[in-house]
Amino acid sequence: MLIALPVLIPMLGAALCLLFWGRSRPQAVLALASTASMLAASVWILFGVRDGTILTLNFGGWQAPFGITFVADLFGAIMVTLGAIVGLAVMAFSVGASDRLRASSGHYPLSLTLLAAVSGAFLTGDLFNLYVWFELMLLSSFVLLTLGGERGQLEGAIKYVTLNLLSSMLFLMAIGLIYGTVGTLNMADLARRIDDLQDPKLATLLATLLLVSFGIKAGAFPFFFWLPASYHTPPPAVSALFSGLLTKVGVYAIIRVLSLIFDQEWSLLGDVVLVVAGLTMVTGVLGAIVQNDMRRILSFHIVSQIGYMLMGLGIAIGLVGSLGASSPIAVLAMSGAVFYIFHHIIVKANLFLISGAVLITTGSTNLKEVNGLAKSHPFLSMLFLISSMSLAGIPILSGFWAKFVLVRGGLEAGSYTIVLVSLAVSLLTLYSMTKIWTQVFWGEPDDLKSPPLDRRTKAWVYSPIAGMCVLTICIGIGAESSARLALDAAEQLLDSSRYIDAVFDGASAQIGDAP
Amino acid sequence: MHTTVLILLLLAALAPMGVRVIGKSAGLIIATVSLAITGWYASRFGIVTAGAPILETMSWVPSLGVGVEFLLDGLSLTFALLICGIGGLVLLYTSSYLGDSPGLGRFYATLLTFMASMLGLVLANNLIVMFIFWELTSITSFLLIGFDFHRESARRCAWQALVVTGLGGLCLLAGIILLAIASGGSTGPEFAIRELDPGAILDSPLAGASVILTLIGCFSKSAIVPFHFWLPNAMEAPSPVSALLHSATMVKAGVYLIARLEPTLNEQRFWSDSLVAFGATTMLLGAALATRHVAFKKLLAYSTVSSLGILVMLIGLGAYAAAATYLIAHALFKACLFLVAGTATHIAGTKDTEAIGHLGRSMKISRWSALLGGLSLAGVAPFIGFAGKELTIKSGLNAGGLEAILLAIAIGLAAALTVFASIQVAFKPFFMPGPHKPEHAQEATWPEWLGPIILATLGLVLGLAPFLGMVPLVESFGASLAGAPLADDVTLGLGYLLWPPSIPLGISVLAVVIGIGLFMGRSPYRSLLAKTFAWDRFGPERTYDRLVGTTLASAQVLTNALQNGSLRSYTRIIVLTATACVALATLRIDAVASYLPSFGALTPFDVMLALTIAASAVSATMIRSRLGAIAALSGIGFAIAVYFVLHGAPDLAGTQFAVETLIVIIFVLVTHRLPRFARYTTNLSRSIDIVIALGLGSVVTTLTLLAMGSTVASPVSDFQAAEAVPSAYGRNVINVILVDYRAIDTLGEVFVLAVAAIGVFTLLTIRPSREAEATR
Repeated sequence: MLIALPVLIPMLGAALCLLFWGRSRPQAVLALASTASMLAASVWILFGVRDGTILTLNFGGWQAPFGITFVADLFGAIMVTLGAIVGLAVMAFSVGASDRLRASSGHYPLSLTLLAAVSGAFLTGDLFNLYVWFELMLLSSFVLLTLGGERGQLEGAIKYVTLNLLSSMLFLMAIGLIYGTVGTLNMADLARRIDDLQDPKLATLLATLLLVSFGIKAGAFPFFFWLPASYHTPPPAVSALFSGLLTKVGVYAIIRVLSLIFDQEWSLLGDVVLVVAGLTMVTGVLGAIVQNDMRRILSFHIVSQIGYMLMGLGIAIGLVGSLGASSPIAVLAMSGAVFYIFHHIIVKANLFLISGAVLITTGSTNLKEVNGLAKSHPFLSMLFLISSMSLAGIPILSGFWAKFVLVRGGLEAGSYTIVLVSLAVSLLTLYSMTKIWTQVFWGEPDDLKSPPLDRRTKAWVYSPIAGMCVLTICIGIGAESSARLALDAAEQLLDSSRYIDAVFDGASAQIGDAP
Repeated sequence: MHTTVLILLLLAALAPMGVRVIGKSAGLIIATVSLAITGWYASRFGIVTAGAPILETMSWVPSLGVGVEFLLDGLSLTFALLICGIGGLVLLYTSSYLGDSPGLGRFYATLLTFMASMLGLVLANNLIVMFIFWELTSITSFLLIGFDFHRESARRCAWQALVVTGLGGLCLLAGIILLAIASGGSTGPEFAIRELDPGAILDSPLAGASVILTLIGCFSKSAIVPFHFWLPNAMEAPSPVSALLHSATMVKAGVYLIARLEPTLNEQRFWSDSLVAFGATTMLLGAALATRHVAFKKLLAYSTVSSLGILVMLIGLGAYAAAATYLIAHALFKACLFLVAGTATHIAGTKDTEAIGHLGRSMKISRWSALLGGLSLAGVAPFIGFAGKELTIKSGLNAGGLEAILLAIAIGLAAALTVFASIQVAFKPFFMPGPHKPEHAQEATWPEWLGPIILATLGLVLGLAPFLGMVPLVESFGASLAGAPLADDVTLGLGYLLWPPSIPLGISVLAVVIGIGLFMGRSPYRSLLAKTFAWDRFGPERTYDRLVGTTLASAQVLTNALQNGSLRSYTRIIVLTATACVALATLRIDAVASYLPSFGALTPFDVMLALTIAASAVSATMIRSRLGAIAALSGIGFAIAVYFVLHGAPDLAGTQFAVETLIVIIFVLVTHRLPRFARYTTNLSRSIDIVIALGLGSVVTTLTLLAMGSTVASPVSDFQAAEAVPSAYGRNVINVILVDYRAIDTLGEVFVLAVAAIGVFTLLTIRPSREAEATR
């Protein structure tokens, strides 16, 4: 039952919020309470799987593969925890930063259904169920994007929803074909049965459709258009929620299906993933360096950093595929992807929160319109400096370790090209982070158009940002525990038999009336 | 040793508060702590110089092979003393120099963080830990160069310095990891510097790449040609920063790392040759460029570039004792001169050394610091700078053959130009006339003149009496680089250097004479030099600018092309890519045809249904009334339902009929008031879209047929149908699946519908206020 809580709690919270439609305060309390308990449940799960056990839950008591199974392995548990952290931070930020209209009508319940969907995607062990969570995620995020109905929002939202529906369509098609061929939707079962196909190339063919669909969700090259078109349009809290979680669900899905199900032609798929990774990194960062708005810069960087996550995956499966067996280097590279994801979720969401703080303080996030915050808002500036340097991979922050593990894994594996590309991209990331710093934070402060924030708003806006900054520093200084976690998660990912065993004969908690 | 780094970091964290509470005298406390740390390192002097390095270990990230192992040997001790000692004096100086600046607390915090990082850098015995501190020094340097961030030039130069050193940092990261991999062999990378295996590295195919990358890192940090241009620009920083970071310590990080890796890499010819070639070029170029400038700090900066070149060259030549002597000498006189230059600029109100005259009359103490420091820079006996220069010339001559002659000429020339520069910067403005004579100028307060005079005196004392610590330090420094005690005795005594007269001494004297001559004839010399400014556009700085410009321009072009704002273009790219991927994956399969099911089993009914579906699909895209389009779409749904009936799935068909009917009713209710579809596109555009759509349609069709032909197992729905009645107590399998087997899917979909309802509701009810719309 435990592992369903990160989905059920926010769902319940969302439903309760609807009862208080039109009143922002009770909704905010509910949202904070739900995300906090969601976080507690996720951490509990994380502790449960820390030693390598994989928790499973068969809904309705139907033995896998006949019902729907939830599975929490290390990777899934890490992701759910991160989702909850971002959720809590964004909710706290929303209390301070949201306008009354949005806060009272829809912002909280929709954010909660989004969080439920994200958790569901991270925990489900069933391909069609994953689709359902994708749908819930898409619709929640679409409505959040349009909430308020400003012109820019609607324009971004149309692009967002159209391209993502394309992804859903491809996903559904892939599910249909996979079910038609292999006859099952349970991912562990799929992983077992798909090897019965006459030709491993058939499996790769099925994977292609799935990967294109997830690639759109993840914002990989050349599918990322919806992301920079929409992320800068909604209120900052919503951008932050999106930036931390949406694309990462896509990346998660890619990693999950590739590592668990489609391991027939890993050396080929590894190369493909690496090519996509490199192009994603480069196009994303090139888009970022020419922008002149904080939120647009940050949006393009999401794309670029998706490339880094794929890089770790590509190196790892490519290596295992060509060696025919797992190796410490492959585990290291894979752990680079995991490490990068959890670093990125925290830091990227936080940077969006900071840009939100800049927006509500100065009325703009345009580099040309905002100046001199280092003088007028030294605390906020320090928080930005920490987060942006972490994003650029500067030690001793979390981003450095993520980059280091990836670069080391890549060099040890002999994937020199992608390492070279990633380092060049890293330089451009540093360039564009310092571009924001020198233009927005340095310089002479302007006369502020907006009135200064009151104490209460300030507390709600700054505390989640400061908390996330502390987190990125702690991950950096306490890199051992993060690295260990990432390495263990990577080892589990590269050894799919553990997942399969856990689903079929592992210690599974069951609820309902077992037949 | 860990404690000293932590103390500095703690101090950095407390500094802003300290300044707020007790004002600028907080600087005195901070400086005292720093000098106390120097004292602690000085107290280890005996142990380390006796040949017993001190090692302190602490576990950090063992999973990644990273431990905080600190090593105090001759090399790191020398650096530690310079960092904390000069750092202490600079901190003291700052309390007066920036005493009235509102950013004093921030300045102390950043400078102390820098000192901690620099100390960590030279103490770390782990490549990764070293790198971590390395990057931190780059960042703190960036923040300090941009300290006066209201000036555009300060912001730009800080940014440039960070990008250049950042580039080097990334190369270095790759370089050291490759080095560790090459050294570790099959056992995994070896990150501990002392454990690096020179033999394994020499044999490894990675050696070349790792050496090049490491050198790029070191060169960019230490302003070696062609990366030297950021350093003179870094003079935007306040003088204390220039003194500590950009002459005495941070820019020597590259030199330090080269020295640290010397015992590991000195057998690589390429390594030593590059060090000598790049070092000598930088030495000469820096000295020449210095003479083009008359501004205090610009001139000193180029002179620093030259000195860094000398240090790199000396290590490449294997002249470790010379490198050590020159390093210490340079840190002392250059920090002294930068500090004096800062005070002089404040007092005179201009930084033009040619304009200022007789400043020494008002700066009664600082003028002596300038003079002593200048003499040491010029390499005049008996200053320590003289010993440094003599040993440098000697090492150049020791290279033998043609190389020796070339090096001797280059060193002599650089020395002459340096003499000129030192007269210009340390003598001219203080003791010679000039148009700009500041009235009522007064000597600065004691924290500002104390540091420089100590540094200058130290240069004289160590020159006169090198046995006072200098010789053992140089020996032990040299031993760290050689990996063993030095073979030859270190001769720094004036007696040895001056008698008997030798070729180096001759070159040295000649250099002084030429330097003085150049200074006397400086106006024709300068007008000659002025012509060289035109060459700058071929220089590395312009290349850097062009590189940045090109990158930005091409990024703009690419981004405009891809992220062009047109949803149609996005959709096309995505659909085309999806089609291409699936087509490629299909073409890979051998004997595709063998998987395709036979069409013999088709009944006329099947064909009819298929045609109905196809016709409905096509008309749905053609019909321009909404009602008609809905009708066409429902045609597809009902035809599929009929298909289910024909193939024995009545419950599925029932569900499908119900859903379709409902959808049509809802659609009609919602849309019957909406206008007809408008047509915005050209025929050409529509034709392209048709082709793209047909492409995707055909690959999906092929894919479907392929999938049908390669079914491997009975589906789980067999079980679900079989168990529906006995276990789930339901007769309609669809219902059982929806509410029992896959109930959680249904729960999710319920929420999807609820969210959709909220969406429709909010879109209809919440309109943006005019005000909000206007601000957008």
